[in-house]
Amino acid sequence: MNKAFSVLVLLVCLGLAQRSSADFVVEVTRGQDNAIPIAIVPFAAAGAADLDVAQTVSNDLARSGRFKAMDRKDMVEQPHPGANISFDDWRRLGNDYIVVGLMAPQGADRYNISFELYNVLNHQRLLGFQISANRPGLRLASHQIADIIFDKITGIRGAFATRIAYVSVAGSLPNRSYRLIVADADGENPHVVMQSNEPLMSPAWSPDGQSLAYVSFEHRLPTVYVQQLKTGERHVVSAKAGVNQAPAWSPDGKKLALTLSTRDGNLDVYVLDLLTDALTRITDDPAIDTEPQWSRDGQSLYFTSDRAGGPQIYKVGLQPGDRPRRLTFQGNYNARPRVSPDESQLAFVTQEEGAYRIAVMDLKGRGDVQMLTKGQFDVSPSYAPNGAMIIYASRDRGRGVLALVTPDARVQERLVSSEGEVQEPAWSPF
Amino acid sequence: MKKIVSIACLFAAAALLAGCPKKATTVEPPVAGSQVPGAGGTSGTEGASTSTSPLGGDAGNVGGAQGAGPNASVGRIIYFDFDKSDIRPEFAAVIAGNAQYLTAHPNAKLKLEGNTDERGTREYNIGLGERRAQAVRRALMLQGASESQLTTVSFGAERPAAEGDDEAAWAKNRRVELVYGP
Repeated sequence: MNKAFSVLVLLVCLGLAQRSSADFVVEVTRGQDNAIPIAIVPFAAAGAADLDVAQTVSNDLARSGRFKAMDRKDMVEQPHPGANISFDDWRRLGNDYIVVGLMAPQGADRYNISFELYNVLNHQRLLGFQISANRPGLRLASHQIADIIFDKITGIRGAFATRIAYVSVAGSLPNRSYRLIVADADGENPHVVMQSNEPLMSPAWSPDGQSLAYVSFEHRLPTVYVQQLKTGERHVVSAKAGVNQAPAWSPDGKKLALTLSTRDGNLDVYVLDLLTDALTRITDDPAIDTEPQWSRDGQSLYFTSDRAGGPQIYKVGLQPGDRPRRLTFQGNYNARPRVSPDESQLAFVTQEEGAYRIAVMDLKGRGDVQMLTKGQFDVSPSYAPNGAMIIYASRDRGRGVLALVTPDARVQERLVSSEGEVQEPAWSPF
Repeated sequence: MKKIVSIACLFAAAALLAGCPKKATTVEPPVAGSQVPGAGGTSGTEGASTSTSPLGGDAGNVGGAQGAGPNASVGRIIYFDFDKSDIRPEFAAVIAGNAQYLTAHPNAKLKLEGNTDERGTREYNIGLGERRAQAVRRALMLQGASESQLTTVSFGAERPAAEGDDEAAWAKNRRVELVYGP
């Protein structure tokens, strides 16, 4: 019997206002040599706004590793509009691009932000946009501006206006508290989705970005929930005897792959149809089979299995009779696969010299493996929806922190939280 | 079909309607005279909202209700070697003492909570913790405990007994806790 119930979780404005104080500081641990120099000039008339939009845009672009944003202190003038730019001066200061803008108040609570992007070298106006945002929307508007600029210059869709979910653990043993948090992709603007005195784990975004599936031990037993972010409404999707773990949404959002166990504790991967509750067993092996992840076409699952001894990554088709195929062969520990958005690459956790690190495997060519990180406990990789960055959980001086790395390992950054343990980041879809 | 029972909190919903900040931004047509990039950056921005994730309800502190059980001389924690789920000889007395109690008290219920150290991936560690809990379950059943008395749960690396990134802490965390319940 699968009797799901949902609770419209207490939804109080106070709760919404209860900002988590997990503010992040970005440390660039390794930058890109050929980053594109750009100047984001402070927007005219921005003084009255509570958020420095131009600085937020500048931070976003710098964090991508593809841009080198000019320090505001080095700007000798702050032109606006574009007709007033002295291009030769900005070129001499080493810039390839410049952005100027204006924040025009529209009533007490709203701004009309207009901005223009110029190529400093040939004076060409590459784009001009106008965004209307209310006061609380300024941060999102800033990320959207960064997306538009990033897209125009690199040809890659920006992912600054996306979000991350993660688990934050506070308190000392045995009185820990666990919070599931959703924040902007830069770690700002965090909101508590769920909190419990028992573990929360494995947040997974629905493909439409509206819901999170996660595992909660709030009854001291694992239960998989799906919670809508807007309403807080959630329901149980799996609370069977034994293990209920590792939810992963199918690309069409209609199914969840998850890990369940038999009475004698054998973990296997199943697919649950969210509409009909029909459950299909995908793997059938006495080993631990877990950590499923869908292929882009929804026709196969990647998963971890220790059927060959240590954990390795396999792929299995969902048609009856399909046999799992082993993908990883280097080393004795390869686990928790995540597929890049274009499925050209697989990110996973591998063991090297006693440390756990993030590696990527080429799925299109010969299956080459590249190490991305150098930490001792680097786990839980998750791709940005544009594939340009991987967020993962690391440890820094005994504390759980979030870190970023580009899939070519050229840019590495750490998001240092001011409090608690931060773990299991999951990057939202667009 | 799923039966959805919603417990709606009306005052809360009202409070939401009344006062919670709405976060809406719209991307409008470009400034006059500009080059218009395709749909670049404009899709999905209408009414985009990131601020409305509510505080989840904490389902409360469901503490492990400690029921009866053998007297305190019988240990209730079994520790394991790294990446292993076999029971070390030194814990034979713990298995024997608890199996004896379960055999003598057929109504007693025992939950076996499997745990791992922090190394490795979280979900795979859930599997390792379950494997340890199952090893204890089998050992207890071999010595007379009945299947219906025993349940298992794995917390993987999520509920450590000791903090720290060293072997001293890890050794304390690779364990199965025996929790008697109602």
